[in-house]
Amino acid sequence: MSDNGQNPLIVRTLSLGLLLLVWVAAAALTADASILPQPWALAEPLARAVGSGALPYHLAMTLGRVVMAFVPAMAIGVALGFLMGRYPAFDRWLDPWLVVFLNLPALVLIVLCYLWIGLNETAAIIAVVLNKIPNVATLLREGARALDPNLDAMAKVYRMPPMARLRHVVIPQLAPYIAGAARSGIAVIWKIVLVVEFLGRSSGVGFQIHFYFQLFDVAMVLVYSLTFIVVMLMVEALILQPVERRARAWRTA
Amino acid sequence: MIKVDVRRKAFGPSEILRDIPFEMGDSEAVAILGASGIGKSTLLRLIAGIDDAFEGEIVRPQNIAMVFQEPVLLPWRSVLQNLTLVHPLLGEDAARAALERIGIADKAGLFPGQLSLGQQRRLALARAFAGRPALLVMDEPYVSLDPQTAEEMLELTEALIAETGPAVILVTHSEAEARRLAKRTLRLAGRPATIADGTGPPAAKREGAA
Repeated sequence: MSDNGQNPLIVRTLSLGLLLLVWVAAAALTADASILPQPWALAEPLARAVGSGALPYHLAMTLGRVVMAFVPAMAIGVALGFLMGRYPAFDRWLDPWLVVFLNLPALVLIVLCYLWIGLNETAAIIAVVLNKIPNVATLLREGARALDPNLDAMAKVYRMPPMARLRHVVIPQLAPYIAGAARSGIAVIWKIVLVVEFLGRSSGVGFQIHFYFQLFDVAMVLVYSLTFIVVMLMVEALILQPVERRARAWRTA
Repeated sequence: MIKVDVRRKAFGPSEILRDIPFEMGDSEAVAILGASGIGKSTLLRLIAGIDDAFEGEIVRPQNIAMVFQEPVLLPWRSVLQNLTLVHPLLGEDAARAALERIGIADKAGLFPGQLSLGQQRRLALARAFAGRPALLVMDEPYVSLDPQTAEEMLELTEALIAETGPAVILVTHSEAEARRLAKRTLRLAGRPATIADGTGPPAAKREGAA
């Protein structure tokens, strides 16, 4: 891994440090803290937002929405994608829908959901779920198409019960696709959740960004966005990546 | 009694098999020979019940095992689980004994990918016999093995057949394999393929029975 002297961790840290340096330089050149404050100038507003309880509250609201949208989007997307990959007739019927929804801008879906369902939590979650399902279904369809027919035949000859077949034959084959869908899913969902909150909710990181946007408070916009980015990177590193590693253990053993 | 009567099997417009009737006894072994691509594997899939889309009728026992051209193991489950998950009624002790029998007891906790190809094939063989099948279907089980490993596999198969006593249907293009494992052979030929000639006493009797 580090045979050419490129420890990935060091490279990543240096690369991030470089980005920070660009920020510092840009802030110095701008020389106007109301347009781009220096990174260290964010510490005080951050402490204030945490201390007042506003940041934790809005962060929790947004994370709650991410989870509420992620779970049904994954469940429905995985089921649809699996059926589409497995049954060509189903695929022929549903594929045009998929194309339509894949090409529908997130903003359009969000606005329509708010208009039709109302400015409420249900509309917000449904908008995010509808935005995400097509991506998950597309990925899982590929996975279901790649299922090994020999393993299918084996399970059939040996009359493995349906649940055992699902758990030990099908899901392990789909696992890389599910993991991929989950990772790209969470990345897309949290961004859409912010837009949903920006447009029609009175809580959450998106709402706060909207609020400080109207006050032209760049520092607070940065505080909220950066905190949330850090939280999502931690979710990725502490939950999604370990799960994926575990599912792949047999490949590297 | 196993009764195969395939009248027609086609994939779309191309007809693969036509009029393949034969019967076999409960512990009889039959080898099916024929050029590659003739439809031997297709016939096996019909007999094993993997493919139901054909014209005709097949009477077979419930408890079937199959050995494929590839080992077809679950690469994400341990060697031991490859036996216990496929045969839930088989206890762990019996599964370990089965691994012992094929000489890979020490590999029980490994993933199949960590075994050599020969060991994977033996595991596939152990899996087939672990359920004490009434009918064992083998689709060129020794293809792409070096001669020595193939010989070991053949001996192991003979021993396991003698212990378990299933009816055996073996597809191969090796006359030597066919002679060793089966007293009777059926040869497929033609397009669509049909039985060109059969050897052994039950084949002769079949004319009268049919």
